Amino acid sequence: MRPAADLDGAVPVAAGVHWIGAFDPDLRSFDIILRTANGTSYNAYVVRGSHGVAVIDTVKTNFSETFFRRLESIADYDEITTIVLNHLEPDHSGALPELLRRAPGATLLVSPQARLMLKGLFDPADLAGRIAFVGTGDSADLGDRQLEFFNTPYLHWPDTQCTWLAAEGVLFSADFLGCHYCDTRLFNDAVGDFRFSFEYYYAHIMRPFRTYVHSALDLIEPLPLRIIAPGHGPILRQSPRDYVSRYRALSASRLRCANTRTLLVFYISAYGATRRMAEAVAAGAESASSATGEVRVSLYDLEGGDAQPFVDLIEEADALLFGSPTINGDAVKPVWDLLSSLTMVDVKGKLGGAFGSYGWSGEAVPMIEDRLRRLKLRVPLPGVRARLTPTADDFTACHDLGSEIALHLLGRATPRTIDLAQLA
Amino acid sequence: MPKASITFQDIGVTVTVPAGTRLIEVSEKVGAGITYGCREGECCTCLTRIVSGHEHLAAPSVLEDQVLKDNLAPRRHRLACQAQVLGGSIVVQPA
Repeated sequence: MRPAADLDGAVPVAAGVHWIGAFDPDLRSFDIILRTANGTSYNAYVVRGSHGVAVIDTVKTNFSETFFRRLESIADYDEITTIVLNHLEPDHSGALPELLRRAPGATLLVSPQARLMLKGLFDPADLAGRIAFVGTGDSADLGDRQLEFFNTPYLHWPDTQCTWLAAEGVLFSADFLGCHYCDTRLFNDAVGDFRFSFEYYYAHIMRPFRTYVHSALDLIEPLPLRIIAPGHGPILRQSPRDYVSRYRALSASRLRCANTRTLLVFYISAYGATRRMAEAVAAGAESASSATGEVRVSLYDLEGGDAQPFVDLIEEADALLFGSPTINGDAVKPVWDLLSSLTMVDVKGKLGGAFGSYGWSGEAVPMIEDRLRRLKLRVPLPGVRARLTPTADDFTACHDLGSEIALHLLGRATPRTIDLAQLA
Repeated sequence: MPKASITFQDIGVTVTVPAGTRLIEVSEKVGAGITYGCREGECCTCLTRIVSGHEHLAAPSVLEDQVLKDNLAPRRHRLACQAQVLGGSIVVQPA
């Protein structure tokens, strides 16, 4: 395997643009949640203009020595006028304090959303008087070329931005369009097959922020892209637009039924009580929309399915209801397995609710409701709990829960007025 | 104690509250779609559109004003973790 260039030096990317990052081939998991069979790279770049040098991103702290060695091979510290951090995650900002110290004439450019994190990551004394906040429409002047900024929040940090060098058609895209794939050949037309890593990275890092992916793509797609220079993985110089198109495809809605709202009822049941409650919830939801068919109601037994296909369904659904018995003061594990998988997708603003049978204390329903709220779902109605065998009144309450949630989906729910004291 | 009412339009629920209540104290309990991050007026996660009754909220603090500005918040938007209801009726929606 022949590396792209001298492993100690900077690697030319385009005219006046060099890669000065670091390779981390031995990394096998990233941020706990990602497996990294091929390690990763921390990509950082230098852009030279007629009246200044910009450094775009740095590296993880323990790779600083390599980063500075590469930087010093192509620029003097007193030439550096601009430091851009496309987001502040420590694997890209680790060398920042030392870089600020070595380049006293440089100004740090970050997005306004970085303000909150700056305080948590760095000593304010290191940054005093050296920061400017930039957003879409702002630029940094390097003389004969400018860096332009696009605010692309939540990809995957709140402060993520992309930096565009129009003179060379290079987009410095932060973690957007990146992947964990360490290969010293560096460029996508030279490295090994990294398609799995690209898609795996999207699924674990970008998928929860799908709506923000769409917004960023709207900004990026019109650009005359020649090279995409991400924060991790190969630099995309061959057919860069293919990767943008792939993100568009990956982030498109799957399984969606046109003109239909979807309500999913998940349950698990030991003796059939919670199952019959689930059936009543589903029947209630059906009854609210049976005349028009505007709500598609589905019922799933969690005992018979794996979490992942359910996660795909949930990503596209509009309302989610969960039924669990209470065992040892808790909802049961398959319910938690599914609920803990929902950080993989965007569930913000969906409608949620809970129900279940219990013997003594019935904690499962409020615990599920609390989890749904923490996942940023709307939980407009109190859940239904039935002691052991549900009564006729319990089934009516389940029916009403399903019906009301369906009516909420259709914008026809009955308005309610309550006192704060009732919510305590 | 003077009362106020807050209508959470996204779930169709109106809650009667004592004057001085912050939106965050109600919206979570009632299950509205306003979401929270830092809860300290810094992260802007709880940005909320004030559909009507803006004048019944206490004026934003310097910190809240700065965060709204940094995040390019449109007019008539407030941070639910900071906005305090003074009286009257207000109607809100997640931003």
